[in-house]
Amino acid sequence: MATAILTVNHEAGLHARPAATFVKAATSFPCAITLRNLDRDKKAVNAKSMVMVLTQGVVKGQRIEVIATGEREEEAIAALRGLIESNFD
Amino acid sequence: MENQFQGIAAAPGVAVGPVWVFRHVDVQETTRASEGPLVEWARVDAAIGQTRAQLIELHARAIARVGAEQAAIFEAHQLFLEDEEFIGAIKNGVANDALPAEVAINQATEQYAEMLLALDDEYFRARAADIRDVGGRLTRNALGRTDDISTLTQPSIIVALDLTPSDTIQFERENVLGICTMRGGPTSHVAILSRGLGVPAVVSAAISALDGVEPGELAVLDGDLGTLTLAPDQAQLNAAQDKRGKWLSTRASAQVLAHQPSITTDNHRVETVANIGGLKDAIQAIDNGAEGVGLFRTEFLFMDRDTMPTEDEQVKIYHDIARVLNGRPFVVRMLDVGGDKDVPYLSIEKEDNPFLGWRAIRMVDGREDIYLAQFRALLRACADDSSIKHDLRIMLPMVCNMMEVERGRALLEHAKEQLRSERVPFAEKMQFGIMVEVPSVALLSHHFAQHVDFFSIGTNDLTQYTLAVDRGNAKVAKLASPYNPAVLKLIAMSIEAAHAHGKWCGICGELGGDILAAPLLLGMGMDEFSMSPTSIPAHKQAMRKLSRQECVAVAQHAMSLPSTRAVTDYLSNL
Repeated sequence: MATAILTVNHEAGLHARPAATFVKAATSFPCAITLRNLDRDKKAVNAKSMVMVLTQGVVKGQRIEVIATGEREEEAIAALRGLIESNFD
Repeated sequence: MENQFQGIAAAPGVAVGPVWVFRHVDVQETTRASEGPLVEWARVDAAIGQTRAQLIELHARAIARVGAEQAAIFEAHQLFLEDEEFIGAIKNGVANDALPAEVAINQATEQYAEMLLALDDEYFRARAADIRDVGGRLTRNALGRTDDISTLTQPSIIVALDLTPSDTIQFERENVLGICTMRGGPTSHVAILSRGLGVPAVVSAAISALDGVEPGELAVLDGDLGTLTLAPDQAQLNAAQDKRGKWLSTRASAQVLAHQPSITTDNHRVETVANIGGLKDAIQAIDNGAEGVGLFRTEFLFMDRDTMPTEDEQVKIYHDIARVLNGRPFVVRMLDVGGDKDVPYLSIEKEDNPFLGWRAIRMVDGREDIYLAQFRALLRACADDSSIKHDLRIMLPMVCNMMEVERGRALLEHAKEQLRSERVPFAEKMQFGIMVEVPSVALLSHHFAQHVDFFSIGTNDLTQYTLAVDRGNAKVAKLASPYNPAVLKLIAMSIEAAHAHGKWCGICGELGGDILAAPLLLGMGMDEFSMSPTSIPAHKQAMRKLSRQECVAVAQHAMSLPSTRAVTDYLSNL
């Protein structure tokens, strides 16, 4: 299992294009990946689902926890961390 | 009037024509049983394929009609079709709950729509409408039914409970005279798309039921007043026809040309931009053909309130405007208040001469924090995001000496430094300029031009400071004419100094939008004209009739004249 706690700094939060980019990246890995908004009272959801990621209501400045389990889990976390930290550049 | 229904004005204009009522296929009515998981899943699967193909086509159609930005919604909709959870829930419905395809789709759609509606953020809540739009399309495809739009065969006013983006875009444009919905707000998709299509629209119309609306009956839709009038009487009809005629002719002559650039007869291009006070003005500016904003007066953010706006509050407002501008130049004037304005929390002492007092850039002495927070907010708000490269240009107001420019610049650099160390994204590429509104700056403009990226001439203050006239004093205000040759010479000097150092010069005072002054300023070499949004179409028209070459002589002659009167007489008789 690989995990990361990240702060979303994009203006749109995890919404619109950032959400789409995030989900597409997550979907490209074989391992199971979950996402949880630590700043709302939320349960972890499937990070490969656009709808579920939207239901987390992640706005700018909120922290998310990403957990990957399975094949290429470290690589998946590194890729998703890169997206968030580079502000989806 | 009992035949008139009030709603919210969502897109301007007037439409007169027959009503056409749009109803979605009601999918809840199905009562059939499942024909087995395999058959039902095959239906779902086929519906997904069909829906994807339709969305791709709608996307292409929307790009052509309303532009890529507003069309992006149909691209986003395609993502729902690939969604593991959403499609998984539908699959689960047909396989484990033995539901017919359309019921499974409907249940999954509503389940996720409800989850999104439960969020407190408006952006996320609005996504519920998106998933319902996709879900509705999937259901209709699974049932092999389409919303019946075959009866929309003549130009009509479309009346509906609500319209999704895909509903709105599928109508043949020439058959849509206007749009009226019973739901939705002024920022709903239907309102935005209507404005993009240029058809009048009213949302949230107080019609009790669609059944009360007779298809084919004559109606008047007023997108300015936000009203729908069914079966208008002769007087109402005449008034509406009249208003529509005016709307169409104004739009035809001005709108079409307003969005073309200002190019003189000898092929010289000048920039025509807008003076704005907030988001609403910015939208109006773009609608009127502004190529950007030449002056954003940030005062309004700070006035009529009891506390200082926080940095985050400012970021939000600046960001909203920057998004409307969508990469066009965004010239922002830093806060310019003084003793003449009532800003209680700044506790500015009452001064005898507020226009010569502690105001604008001078407030950095004592209240550095205000400009620092404003710089930070502007830099943050205009950080490039994935879709827009913003063009931020910040300018200092009321500069009178070089030290103020250095101080302002240092503070701006400090703000960038802070953001960098906090790892907060900001507008790295931006311009830094000053207002030329104090005669000392115009006189020394060749020095100032070396230290800034641009000048913007504030002719109102430049006039009052040059001629020693209080614009607000009715007894002397008439003396405050920017056509005084002394003021004109200061303007010409500033433009020349800017150009000598490879910088650009704009004008944002009243004179900038004054058509009488257009040949004069063009001849001086002015690069950018900023004015109130409504002046733009006419100003562009006037500019297109001028030759820059010929105007050089006009400017020279005007500056050689002895008085204001002589200048205005000369220009009026050109």
